[in-house]
Amino acid sequence: MSEPSVSAGIDPHARQVRKFRLQDRFFHHTTQLFAFVVLAALVGILVSLTYEAWPSIKAFGPSFLWTNIWSVPDDEYGALAAIYGTVVTSVLALLIAVPISFGIALFLTETCPVWLRRPLGTAIELLAGIPSIVYGIWGLFVFAPLFADHIQPPLQALLGDVPVIGGWFSGPPIGVGILTASIVLSLMVIPFIASVMRDVFETVPHVLKESAYGLGCTTWEVARSVVLPYTRVGVIGGIMLGLGRALGETMAVTFVIGNANRINGSLFAPGTSIASTLANEFGEADPGLHIAALFELGLVLFIITFVVLAISRWLISRSMGSEGL
Amino acid sequence: MRIFNKLVQATLAAALGLTFSVSALAADITGAGATFPYAIYAKWAEAYRAATGNRVNYQAIGSSGGVKQIKARTTNFGGTDAPLKDADLAAAKLVQVPTVMGGVTIVMNVPGIESGKLKLDGVTTADIFRGAITKWNDPAIVRLNPGVTLPNMAITLSHRSDGSGTTYAFTHYLAKQSAAFLREVGAGNTVNWPRNAVGGKGNAGVAANIQKIRGTIGYVDIADAMNNNMKYIALKNRAGNYIVPSQQAIADAAAGANFKIKGMAPDLLDQPHKNAWPITSATYILAYEKGPDAAKQKGVVDFFTWSLNNGQGMAADLGFVALPPNVVKMVEAEMTKIK
Repeated sequence: MSEPSVSAGIDPHARQVRKFRLQDRFFHHTTQLFAFVVLAALVGILVSLTYEAWPSIKAFGPSFLWTNIWSVPDDEYGALAAIYGTVVTSVLALLIAVPISFGIALFLTETCPVWLRRPLGTAIELLAGIPSIVYGIWGLFVFAPLFADHIQPPLQALLGDVPVIGGWFSGPPIGVGILTASIVLSLMVIPFIASVMRDVFETVPHVLKESAYGLGCTTWEVARSVVLPYTRVGVIGGIMLGLGRALGETMAVTFVIGNANRINGSLFAPGTSIASTLANEFGEADPGLHIAALFELGLVLFIITFVVLAISRWLISRSMGSEGL
Repeated sequence: MRIFNKLVQATLAAALGLTFSVSALAADITGAGATFPYAIYAKWAEAYRAATGNRVNYQAIGSSGGVKQIKARTTNFGGTDAPLKDADLAAAKLVQVPTVMGGVTIVMNVPGIESGKLKLDGVTTADIFRGAITKWNDPAIVRLNPGVTLPNMAITLSHRSDGSGTTYAFTHYLAKQSAAFLREVGAGNTVNWPRNAVGGKGNAGVAANIQKIRGTIGYVDIADAMNNNMKYIALKNRAGNYIVPSQQAIADAAAGANFKIKGMAPDLLDQPHKNAWPITSATYILAYEKGPDAAKQKGVVDFFTWSLNNGQGMAADLGFVALPPNVVKMVEAEMTKIK
């Protein structure tokens, strides 16, 4: 390479090699550019959100995060009710969706008759493709009335008098509210979590499972002691994917959460989430502090999602470390 | 393969030609703003195009967005439910005219009570919507309804969760009735509803909540109340009569109003006419006094002149209420300022 004029004349391969190297470098830089575009977009969104939110950040300071006021007429804003609604609905949705998804994935990989596997698997993936507005409309017009008439009253009768828990099920059974939003959300994230779990469960070597069966384990024991430990990283990843979707879900939640900017201890009561507040108020927001506060809400959601992702990375790396992988 | 290439070329050429010929029509106008009149503007635009061949494109981005866009001169006209003040109009050199009217109705779902049989006055309605009255058999409601059996049932309020001109008109009416309502709830596109309130997205969301939840009371546009066959209340007007909402009652409210003011936006709430529906409002358009493009300016005037003269029936069909004939004349005179 140091004497190109000489080698070029003598060795025809050298030119070829140089051409390849150039191509490789070009390829490297092109793909690098694509990757950096994503990074630039991320930083750009963060910067523009902060810029637009600045009047609100300046006016309310960090107390924006723990102030439970959202008053457009008084121009006073705090994010607590929206953060509460976002976190509670997402966590509840996961509490419902994870065991169900786990069962679905186990059935599909362990005990399902082979002929049923494909149709069932496809059906679950199809669920993931339904637009969220359809879930919202179904939730409002079909599920909420059924829930108000046939599920909320018995739940109240059963649990209403239990201390602490009773408060979660108090208030008039109106169908829409935090719990309804959580259930609709859980239906929306089940396909994501279940299909990831199924895919990782399929990676468990048959030798491991068969030896466990050979020792006289039941299917449940195999699932708990062999499949789950082996696939822990993938399972956490799938759950976090579901959580990410639940945190940011907008239209379906807007339809069924009841849209009340306040915190109420009851799960039957209407509430609000960050995404639903944005969907509701952005269209007719007054220029000034209202718009800025909405942008700051968006920034908060961005940060919450980022923190969730960071925690899941940390969980994954920790469990990989403890496995000695 | 060659045939395929030719085909592609021909299609491209045709597509390009189409694009050019469409953009070449100077009279194509765009407007943006309030969501409330979207249905009627879209209907008028369709009929106008069928009649004249000119296109009008209206985007329902919300009243405040409409005002912002017209001030930024990105649209040919803006739509707003909240009229601009004189000073604002003068500063931005804008002409404002009303186009069509509507009414907000109060609807309810109380078992055993038929549509139009429940009577409320303004103050009691304000007390209900600020959460001071929480039971249907509250003495304040019973006093207005002798002979009606009211259930011992909690009141749930159903309101718009998205910012809306409907909320704007409704809360301004209640704020006029009760200082406490203005203080606690406020008046505007988005306000602070009390604890027993449930928000629904759009008129359709509110209508669904009212039909599904027993014991609710809420407010929707008269068009949605009619289309969904909802049970409305009779509201006491300024003359002391209990009025059932109808397009005629809204027209009566406008009959006594004085539109001969700058901005053409008299307060239509709580008008003194004996049959007036109290919660009546109009929607407005904004256009520049002197636009950069005379053809587009003329396009705006032509479209609304045509619509106000030919589109009254379409407005009525969609649940809107046409401006009175004398007001249409005034609007036409005012629009001559749009050049």
